[in-house]
Amino acid sequence: MFEKVLTKDIQIPASREISYYLRAGGYKAFEKVLKKMTPDQVIEEVRQSNLRGRGGAGFSAGMKWGFVPKTNDKPHYLLCNADESEPGTFKDRLLMTGNPHLVLEGNMIAAYAIRSSVAYIYIRGEFVEEAEILEQAIAQAYEKGFLGKNILGSGYQLDMYVHRGAGAYICGEETGLIESLEGKRGWPRIKPPFPAVAGVWQCPTIVNNVETLACVPAIIERGAGWFKSIGPEKSPGPKLYCLSGHINNPGVYELPSGVNLKELIYQYGGGIPNNKKLKAVIPGGSSVPVLTADEIDVAMDFDSLAKIGSMLGSAGVIVLDEDTCMVDALLNITHFYRHESCGQCTPCREGTNWAERILRKIEHGKGEMKDINLLEELARHINFRTICPLGDAAAMPIESFLKKFRPEFEAHVQQGKCPLNSNL
Amino acid sequence: MEVKFSKSAQAEFQKIVEKYPQKRAALLPALHLAQREFGWISREVMRYLSELLDMPVTEVLDTTTFYTMFKTKSSGIYHIQVCSTLSCALRSSRQVYEHLVDKLKIKDGEVTPDGKFSLLKVECLGSCGTAPVVQINDDYYEDVSIEKLDQILADLK
Repeated sequence: MFEKVLTKDIQIPASREISYYLRAGGYKAFEKVLKKMTPDQVIEEVRQSNLRGRGGAGFSAGMKWGFVPKTNDKPHYLLCNADESEPGTFKDRLLMTGNPHLVLEGNMIAAYAIRSSVAYIYIRGEFVEEAEILEQAIAQAYEKGFLGKNILGSGYQLDMYVHRGAGAYICGEETGLIESLEGKRGWPRIKPPFPAVAGVWQCPTIVNNVETLACVPAIIERGAGWFKSIGPEKSPGPKLYCLSGHINNPGVYELPSGVNLKELIYQYGGGIPNNKKLKAVIPGGSSVPVLTADEIDVAMDFDSLAKIGSMLGSAGVIVLDEDTCMVDALLNITHFYRHESCGQCTPCREGTNWAERILRKIEHGKGEMKDINLLEELARHINFRTICPLGDAAAMPIESFLKKFRPEFEAHVQQGKCPLNSNL
Repeated sequence: MEVKFSKSAQAEFQKIVEKYPQKRAALLPALHLAQREFGWISREVMRYLSELLDMPVTEVLDTTTFYTMFKTKSSGIYHIQVCSTLSCALRSSRQVYEHLVDKLKIKDGEVTPDGKFSLLKVECLGSCGTAPVVQINDDYYEDVSIEKLDQILADLK
């Protein structure tokens, strides 16, 4: 039985109180860091653990922290990315509501490591109750002296605030988030310069996902070696997987990184409702290349999925059964990206618009064969040609759906209708 | 009538501004506060906020119109937002939405004549495990069936 670290006691309502968290040994890692470790030692420990970002990109958290200057010519800022908007993803919400102090403690240790004395938790605007829970947890932390001036007599000062977004997927992109925090449209910035050097208010900034930060207290308490021993060494740790779509037991599952996708779907997820067959799986949120039913014998870690041409991304596993129309599914996904495109870059703004229109044509039986080729060409012209990865996120599903399910698109054209009468 | 924060909203606004090293960063929380106070963000509200934050009103307009949660026209007392992205669509969110169109006799973006309900199709609400999901004002309603939704609407006074 796998020992739960991130979602321990998450079903118990009292677990969100600081008194419960303290009794269970909480905030000991933060205390250890303040009294026994330098910021650079913390960065090194996290780097050694091979903790990879759990927001979607999978970049080494410790390495990113190391990019921040070691001196404070300008204030440094720690931003927690709680904008959770990737379709299929709902793990951070669980952490924030069920284990808010774990999230806070992770933030505190990260802030200390990057020599920051101000942290903002940027939470998506729709999560109203969740923002209130975080505010309460922060108030409790101030009360008990884990935030504010001279924390635990260490001389370290940290202030933490919740900042609500207002409905924009693009604000989950780190520079879009930064622009939004500054009070502007969430228009991503060209990188370099990277936020670690010039981020919010042009100051050194680190943006980390909620789950990434939630892993940090355990790494400090039990060591990088312990973390690295869970799952594959280069992509280790306890991992939250989200199951949704055509699945009997949807929900969040905490398992060692690298669980087999087939096992995740059939053993943990209980398989497909109504005994239907599996047609496709999107393993890491709607942005990542889709997998066919033949490709699910794969370990759910960053490197194993990259090897077969997909991505772990946000670990938002969306399951599609045999009666799903892949054209309609792609239309739904493409509509999402068109809606969420910030509009800055021509390939994305125009490309997602045209892609949706072409897909709607094909889905409603009005498409021609040349439309399928045009769609492919369109995706090629968006991919890697934009300021931020949202363009790529729109292009990758188009490319992978066409590559693996092209006959369905051709059937729509040949038959002049949707063969499955889909209405997603 | 002049647009102005109530005393308690003014106090809240002051606390908000203190959280940031630059005043403009208070714009999003200020817009949330203004929407709670005034119901929606009119041009007058934008002008009022631009004065409070020492920034051009065009930039307030620029930011406000970017975000889907800020309403630039009045909505129903109960603003019903139906998630339509993939995981919810795979679990019949379309049928839930079409049921509401039928029942309330309004389309996407419209308000019922009595002003009670407005309907909006929205993108992923981040609770895909309990699809279909509907948000009414600030509250999430999960695992929503047509029957459940009818009961929810009937209970809303």
